[in-house]
Amino acid sequence: MRRTLAKASFHTALNLLFFSLIGTALLALTYELTRETIARSEENEKLKLIQQIVPAAAYDNDIMKETTQLPPDELLGNDNPTSAYRGRLNNLPSIAVMQAAAPDGYGGRINLIIAIHHDGRIGGVRVISHNETPGLGDYIDISKNDWIKIFNDTSLENHKDHDWKVKKDGGAFDYMAGATVTPRAMVKAVHKALKYFALHRNELFAITDPSIPTGKKESK
Amino acid sequence: MTTQEIKEIFLNGLWKQNTGLVQLLGLCPLLAISNSVVNALSLGLATTLVMTLSGSGVAAIREVIPNEARIPVYVLLIAVLVTIVQFLMNAYVHPLYLVLGIFIPLIVTNCIVLARAESFASKNGIRASALDGIAMGLGLTAVITLLGGIREIFGHGTLFSGIDLVFGEAAKPLVITVVPNYHGFLLAVLPPGAFIALGMLIACRNWLTLRAEQKTRKKSVTSNAIPVT
Repeated sequence: MRRTLAKASFHTALNLLFFSLIGTALLALTYELTRETIARSEENEKLKLIQQIVPAAAYDNDIMKETTQLPPDELLGNDNPTSAYRGRLNNLPSIAVMQAAAPDGYGGRINLIIAIHHDGRIGGVRVISHNETPGLGDYIDISKNDWIKIFNDTSLENHKDHDWKVKKDGGAFDYMAGATVTPRAMVKAVHKALKYFALHRNELFAITDPSIPTGKKESK
Repeated sequence: MTTQEIKEIFLNGLWKQNTGLVQLLGLCPLLAISNSVVNALSLGLATTLVMTLSGSGVAAIREVIPNEARIPVYVLLIAVLVTIVQFLMNAYVHPLYLVLGIFIPLIVTNCIVLARAESFASKNGIRASALDGIAMGLGLTAVITLLGGIREIFGHGTLFSGIDLVFGEAAKPLVITVVPNYHGFLLAVLPPGAFIALGMLIACRNWLTLRAEQKTRKKSVTSNAIPVT
């Protein structure tokens, strides 16, 4: 009796192992086959977003190629190094596109992409990915609502520290009924990104690639 | 398989045992994603694909897996299939993937998939199980698409919004604005709206079934009528 039980369990375990192996192999194969296409469509998606928030007149270089790596920073909310894109006009730094994250959205992390003009004005903000409640907090997504455009042209100068809150908390930013956690997180993240930009502007625009001709010297 | 059997499978999936209206299984995606026709139809078709593949997969291996291990193996199989579908959608219909987001991996937890694997595919042949997956999936798709249409009209005043996410920018003119300048009706977009609309659909279905039953009963009553003296 004992032996047959052990035998049966062993048989079951072997079966499970066998099917897990097949499953893993299938997944690995599909992953391998789709990886490049996925990476490409994600890159395209990002480019489309960048074109939305960076006016074509603001730069004349190949903005997608001129990237720099930003180390993780509390102000950006990033855990990993992220790429930033730099736009130049007549060889002068004009606009930077950075990735930032709002860690405290209602559904966790909200990943953002923010364009900031050299003078500290925001060109635009877009949400790359989020898990906010559909129908409630997801109005931060441009495909659902234009709300996110309220950040356009804001800066640390035209909005003081105490303005960087939603109206409910005494700040300057409108929000929509039903969800306040989401816009709160968004306003905070954009504010911090602007602070980061103010602190690191020169490094951000510093030319690291010697093959690109420098205009006005911008490094410290 | 006879045509009669095939007919029976489809009748079950689409009407008699409809997942959305009768079995009431897998309501999570049903309620969450049915806020527009395009979302509902896409998730419905993705679920149908998974059910067809999992049905035939389970039917193919049902003889070799020991009884005690069958549920974990089914779940494993379903999870693998869903992840493959997720990869494929991410690669080839990326905008739609972004819209459906978390609900694609959640197909794994849709109990109707496991329920059909256990109650049908584990007892039937590959072809019958695949057909059952198609029929059940299409039944579910039909219900959530209808639900999506109702909620989209009431919630946003449009139909087929977001169709450009599936077929590209060229399909944008296909979006129908049913009520121009509609201000939206939040309840229809939120989950309670889904519950209410689903309740009405179930009521409609029950009414139709009852009426059909009554008709047949009346017929048999009149034919067997005993003259009253």
